[in-house]
Parts: sequence; structure tokens; C-alpha cells
Amino acid sequence: MSDKRLTFKKRLHILKHRYRDKKMAPAFNAFHTFLFSPDETTHNGSHVRAVDDLKRTMNTVIMALVPVLIFSMFNAGYQHYSAINGFPQEFSVTEHFLTWDNFWIGVVKVLPLLVISYGVGLLVEFIFAVIKGHEVEEGYLVTGMLVPLIVPIDTPLWMLAVAVVFGVVIGKEVFGGTGMNILNPALTIRAFLFFAYPTWMSGDKVWVHGARERADQIAEGATNVDAISGETVLGFLAQNKGAEMSYSTWDAFWGFIPGSVGETPTFLILLGGLFLIFSKIASWRIMLSAVLGSLFMGLIFNQVVEMGWITETSKFYGLMSYEFWKHLLVGGLAFGIVYMATDPVTGAQTNRGKWIYGFLIGFMSVMIRVFNPAYPEGVFLAILLMNVFAPTIDHYVVRGNIKRRMKRLKNAVVLPKDSDQEAKELKAETV
Amino acid sequence: MALLSKKDTNLILDPLADNNPITIQVLGICSALAITAELKASVVMALAVIFVLGLGNVVISLMRNIIPSKIRIIVQLIVVATLVIIVDQVLKAFAYELSKTLAVFVGLIITNCIIMGRFEAFALGNGPWRSFLDGIGNALGYGVILVIVGFFRELLGSGTLFGYPVFGDPIAKTGLYSTGYENNGFMIIPPAALIVVGIIIWVQRSRNPDLVEEN
Repeated sequence: MSDKRLTFKKRLHILKHRYRDKKMAPAFNAFHTFLFSPDETTHNGSHVRAVDDLKRTMNTVIMALVPVLIFSMFNAGYQHYSAINGFPQEFSVTEHFLTWDNFWIGVVKVLPLLVISYGVGLLVEFIFAVIKGHEVEEGYLVTGMLVPLIVPIDTPLWMLAVAVVFGVVIGKEVFGGTGMNILNPALTIRAFLFFAYPTWMSGDKVWVHGARERADQIAEGATNVDAISGETVLGFLAQNKGAEMSYSTWDAFWGFIPGSVGETPTFLILLGGLFLIFSKIASWRIMLSAVLGSLFMGLIFNQVVEMGWITETSKFYGLMSYEFWKHLLVGGLAFGIVYMATDPVTGAQTNRGKWIYGFLIGFMSVMIRVFNPAYPEGVFLAILLMNVFAPTIDHYVVRGNIKRRMKRLKNAVVLPKDSDQEAKELKAETV
Repeated sequence: MALLSKKDTNLILDPLADNNPITIQVLGICSALAITAELKASVVMALAVIFVLGLGNVVISLMRNIIPSKIRIIVQLIVVATLVIIVDQVLKAFAYELSKTLAVFVGLIITNCIIMGRFEAFALGNGPWRSFLDGIGNALGYGVILVIVGFFRELLGSGTLFGYPVFGDPIAKTGLYSTGYENNGFMIIPPAALIVVGIIIWVQRSRNPDLVEEN
């Protein structure tokens, strides 16, 4: 066994050296360093070895996503069968949720999304690496995992492939690849899908596997099937029907509700978020401020209802009267805050900037949700918008720091008025 | 003897490629975003601009020595407004539906930076014949991009070209649609035009690195 592996490693090693100066070198390098530790050492100069290189960072995020992925595979089946047979009266996790039938639906519907996402995305990365002659970048490892988790379960694979090509090329590669992108590539992909194929991305027929297929069959005149619908909590509230919702708050917390593939299990997302905070991969400032922002906006809306400015006849009543903290449990808000808003490339970099950036993400997510029922999922729009503003926020935070320090410095020392050169040097130092 | 000297030929050919008003000078973007959802509208818009810019350049060039430079902008505006109104009236008379699609954007040809730009930069300093060629060349360069963008947006967004269904019927699910293909709604909305123009700029600059700006 170990012999075989050694030969494979050796073979790869030989290939890598044979192709060292050829066009395909990045491809072999990428495979080599992905599977094995590099066989080269730095020969000169002092260098710092840090354990958290880009690959380690990416892998940590993927680890935080794996529980969500596994849950979502079970949930895919659970939602499918519950929509057909009715929700179980006395729900037990082992009997109704962790079953092979449920998991099989997940294998059939969720895994292909994952495979397509990684396959197409990495292919684009490889092509760009070979053309531009640089190493294959690890940036897609997380994006590829996020993408299947934020799309509806029945998204056709070719649509996903088209969107991934668009997202990676236009969202990332044109800006210069990993680390240079302005927008989060996973959300670019989601946004492209949303605007390109809205009928597959919103409504009440896309969130549960089979719902759309059945609707089509019934439209064609089939009488032997019942329509199944899987409305998301937000979709239900946006319609303002006033009736009691069939999902409890605990359902929403554990994640037994319909929604995009992996956005529902708030509990597991919370665990993933804590894991990312303790491994110091993601910023707790962004997460906390985003939560505060959404709670703040939710409180404002609750207050508006309380004051009687919005009555039950208003189309905003359903979402506005939704208790403020429950916004965190439904839709993609928790998922977006933990895994998307904290993207170190597209988020704000300065500490004070992170507070502002996160707060506005939470604030706007809830605002878009409530005010635009056509986009009940405002989270991705809010994060993309703040991605665009993040550099501006940082700019002003840094400028503010410089100003404050200059002021402090001016009070501390008297600048010689006749020597501009000295003042300039002093300024350069403080910057 | 050739009809056009080498210098004159360049007046027409340069704006088509290496000095394109849209992809190199990045002018006239607004209308490129607004009206390129259909190929037909793109073509009509291109023709309208060719007419206005070609004729306008000649008129300005003929008057260039009698226009007081202090009020030249107003004179240019009057010339271009006159020509645009002619275009608008012709469209309303002979292609009413189309004029409704183009709506305000025919009127907005007046503010198209390409037109005022060519008046200022070329027609005020050159003779009528060369100004005419310059106007035609720049308008063609603008039109070519419009048609390319319109082609992709209509084909991918609506599955039609000049309104003629290319992929089959999306509602009855015939042709390509029977395989599950769907029109891309993103191509209908204006941001898509920005991205298509961006891709054209990308392709053009990677084919000709001289066009890439410093830093």
C-alpha cells in the first residue's frame, strides 16, 4: 500500500520536474502540493514559517462547512418526503431525519451540485493558471463548497455550471485572481443565478426537491400526483396571509425547514462560526456587528408595528411584525454572516471598519427582506453591496486614524514653521 | 487613383478598432447599456448616430470659421438637436413601435459624448470631407460595438435575433428548449451590457497589448 503511494508520489514528482518550465507546470504543481507536502525548501534568506497558510485557512473553513453539508443532505430528503407524506406528528431525529432514504435524496441531489461546482470552478482556475503562468490558487476551495449550499436544491446542473464560469471569471479572475477580487465569488454566482433564472431561484416551488417537477406534471394534466409546495418561512411571511406558520421556532433553529440547500441549520452554522472564531480564521467583529445590525433593524420594524403605523392591511405587516431576533434563524442570514460576510478578501480590513461593515450587512439584510418581498433573501444583496463599500470604509477609517494621530502629534511637539522638509518627514513617519 | 487616401482611410478604420469610441475612449456608454437588449434597436440606434454624426460633422466643419468660439457649444447643440429631431420624426413616422422601444434614447443622442466630442476635437479643425469621414468612422465604431452587444444580449437573453426565434419556442418547449435550456434573464437587464462591453474591452486589449494603459 505504502509502496504504491510512494510510486504515485514519485511519478507526480518526476512529472512536475519534467514540466517545470512548460506551460502545464502550474497544473502539476497544484496537484502535487494538494496531495503531498512540497518537496522543495527555501535555500536562502531567513523566513518565517506560519502554520496558517492559504491552504490551511481554506481547509479550516471547509471543515466548518462539512457538518452543514451533511445536515443539508439529510434535510433534502426530509423536506422531500415530508412534503409528500405530511410532516411527522411526533418528530424524532433518528426515526424521521437521520434515515437512509433521506440521505439518499441528498446523495442524488446535493452531491452533483457539489461536484459540478468544484469541477467547473477548478477547471476555470486551472485554465487561467496555465494561461497566465502562475500557480493554481486555492481560493476556489471554499467558494466551491459554499456554492452548492446557497442554491435551491433543484437547480439544474448546467445552470450552476454557467453561473460558476461567470462567477469565477467575471467575479474573480478579471480582477487578478484570488485575493484581488472585489466581490465574493460565491455570492456573485448566486446573484447571477438569481437574475438570470429567477423562476428557478425564487417562489414556493424550488425549495423542496420534486415540487417543481410535480407542478409541471399537474400543469400538463396529470391527475395521479398531488402538488407539493415548500414555502420558506420568509416567503410565507412576505405573503402576509396571517395564518399560523407550520414551522416552529425550534424547527428554524435546528434547520428542519425548507430553504437553499445549506442555509437552514442555524445551530450548526453557529457551531461553525464559533469554530472559525476560535481558530482565528474569521472575524468575530464582523459576525457580532452583523448580528447586532440585523437585530437593530428588526427592532425598528417591530417598534413601527407597535406604534400602530403599520396595520395588518399593509403588505409589509407579515415581515415587519416578525419578532426581531427570529430574523437570525430563517433565510440565509446566519449562513451569510458566518461564512460569507467574513470573507477576509472582500470584507473590511480595519477593526473599526469591520464593525461598520458588519453592522450595515445585518441592517440592510433585514431591510431588503422586509421592503422588497420580491427578494425575500436580501442577505446576498446586502453582502455584495457592502463588499463594494468595504474599501471605502477602510479608506476613511485609515484616514481618520492619520488625522487623529496628526492632531495628537501637533499638540505634543511644536512643528518648526520655517522648515517644510522636517514637517514632511514627520508626517511621513506618522503615516 | 484611389478614392480615399491612406490618411482618409485611417479616419474611418481607426475608430473601428484601435481607437474605438466605446471600448477605448469609453464614451457613449449610457446608450450602449440602455438600448442593446434587442438587436433591432441597436442597429437603428447605430444608423441614427451615423446619420447625426456624419452630417453634423460636415455642418460644423463648414461653419467652423464663422462660429465665435465663445458660443460654439450652443451652436453645436443646435446642429445636433436639429438632426436628432429629424431622426426622431422619421422614426415616429415610419417605425412607430421601434421609436417607442428606443423612447427617450433617440432624444438623448444629443447628449451622446461621442458626438460633441467629435465636433470639438475634429470638425472644428478640419475640412468638410475629412470631417465627414471622421464622423462616419466614429459612428461606425460605436455602431459595431452596439451591434455586437445587441447580438449577444438578444440571443442569450431572449433566444431571438431581430425578433426571429433562433432556439425554438420557450413556452411550447421546442427546439433547444426541450433539452431544459432557458433564456438568461440577466442578459436583458442593463448591467449585462456593461459586462459584455467589458469582455469586448478585455479581448481587444489582450490581442493588442499596446492599448493597455500604464499602471
